[in-house]
Amino acid sequence: MSRETLIDLLYLFSATTFVLALKGLGSPKRARQGNMVAAFGMLVAIVATFFKYVDGHHLYHVPLMLLGMFIGLIVAVPVARFVKMTAMPQLVAIFNGVGGGAASLVSITEFVHIKSTHPATYVTLEVLLGVLIGTVSFAGSAIAFAKLQELMTGRPVTYPGQQVINGIVGLASVAVIVTILVTASEPLLWVLLALAFVLGVIFVLPIGGADVPVLISLLNAFTGLAVAASGFTLGSNLLIVAGTLVGASGILLTRLMSKAMGRSLANVLFSAFGSNVTASGATDRADGRSVRSGTPEDIAILLGFASRVVFVPGYGLAVSQGQHVLRELAEVLEEKGIEVFYGIHPVAGRMPGHMNVLLAEANVPYEQLVEMDEANSELQTADVCLVVGANDTVNPAATDDKTSPIYGMPIIHADLAENVVFLKRSMRPGFAGIENELLYNPKTTLVFGDAKDTLTKMVAAVKAN
Amino acid sequence: MGNVLLQYATVLMLAIFVGIEIIAKVPSILHTPLMSGSNAIHGVILVGSMLILGGATTNLQEILGFLAVILATLNVVGGFVVTDRMLEMFKPKAKPAAKKEEVAQ
Repeated sequence: MSRETLIDLLYLFSATTFVLALKGLGSPKRARQGNMVAAFGMLVAIVATFFKYVDGHHLYHVPLMLLGMFIGLIVAVPVARFVKMTAMPQLVAIFNGVGGGAASLVSITEFVHIKSTHPATYVTLEVLLGVLIGTVSFAGSAIAFAKLQELMTGRPVTYPGQQVINGIVGLASVAVIVTILVTASEPLLWVLLALAFVLGVIFVLPIGGADVPVLISLLNAFTGLAVAASGFTLGSNLLIVAGTLVGASGILLTRLMSKAMGRSLANVLFSAFGSNVTASGATDRADGRSVRSGTPEDIAILLGFASRVVFVPGYGLAVSQGQHVLRELAEVLEEKGIEVFYGIHPVAGRMPGHMNVLLAEANVPYEQLVEMDEANSELQTADVCLVVGANDTVNPAATDDKTSPIYGMPIIHADLAENVVFLKRSMRPGFAGIENELLYNPKTTLVFGDAKDTLTKMVAAVKAN
Repeated sequence: MGNVLLQYATVLMLAIFVGIEIIAKVPSILHTPLMSGSNAIHGVILVGSMLILGGATTNLQEILGFLAVILATLNVVGGFVVTDRMLEMFKPKAKPAAKKEEVAQ
């Protein structure tokens, strides 16, 4: 068997592990194993590549290659290991962005390489698509990171004629691609690169913070497609298979995620959702209704008399790092014979499933976590629904108010419970920037303050009773 | 040449269907780990980056290839480590309370 055949066989093995890994990631039991399998397949592919011939010679610059890998390794491992769980979404964004950047660089270098060896050759479409898509993913992910990390506003950034400008930049990119295909001009490659960069930025600017996770999933799919394009350029089946797998599954995943929010993908991407802040943030409203607030001790008494309690956690809980105290509260209540469930909205936290990860980290038993539909049936017989740092996911406007921007989003019906308690930092609206009627419901009591502090006081008060 | 391209296109088309089929029934709690895991998989661009750097014949190509290797390594390593950290949380935990009950019975 020739050397190249052996390497190709190893690549085939790697591609198979990637398929198995994606399959495994779909089931809670085998997910971790699946990830390990893919990592092993990746290692095999990387080691095999060191033995490959390019243009009839061994790989040049191997020490430099090892240095690059070493740099990447010593940066990535600590970052990935020690960044807080709440910052997970931006971490995925940044690791996706660098992948897009790498795919773009591979295509650019291949272009330059072809031109330097055979100046007269015409370039093919996939090289230019690799540059375009990879760069859009890189720039878009950088903006998504900045939004989630709050380096810039999380609100949609809009300006007059935005769609038109975006359209023009997009068309200009296509025009440049066509021109390069016809003229094989190298300077125009750098123009394409600049246009793609601008396109990535302006594409992401109007997307609000609450929708950024869906966007990251889409950009993840883009990077996959850029990798597949590089695979065409380099003639590598491995890159084509892996890139396409990620591209196709990523686009489907993006659609599933927007569906979980009751919205279409187009609506997520182009509607500048959340730019019209309707909520006033005051405790009294013009129509004279006001909210009722209580102390942690009041709530502790209420909880003490309950027989069934449902917690609805949101991102605010994670921000205040209150997960552990919430679990403690659940334990204290259970000791008193009170049933406790956690109702998890699919998009609670910043990404689908993010809340499950955060609660699992705090050692909340898996059986106490119930998904939205089950939570809604539990709530009908619940005495207290304790909403901790969530807002939009329990907003009845999603079912009642046709004019509301979140109309149609499935929600957890906290108002089905006998009593509703909100732990809130302030009257400020949620991430989507929409007023919540439930706060003014006579059933509802609000406890203002940091969720962790409030929960700690509640634990002490429940214990004392 | 045309033949090779057709072969790649076949692979592409089949991979599209596999990619769609394979995640069609994923529960929403696993969406985030799945996104993160597939993020790690497109880190296979490291193989492409190695080939590019390994074939570089000018300084410019060398610099671009070197950068690509660094970025791709960040993608691969970061992607797998983050995913593993997320999935660590899903491992079935030994339940001391439940065990005690069993002993009592």
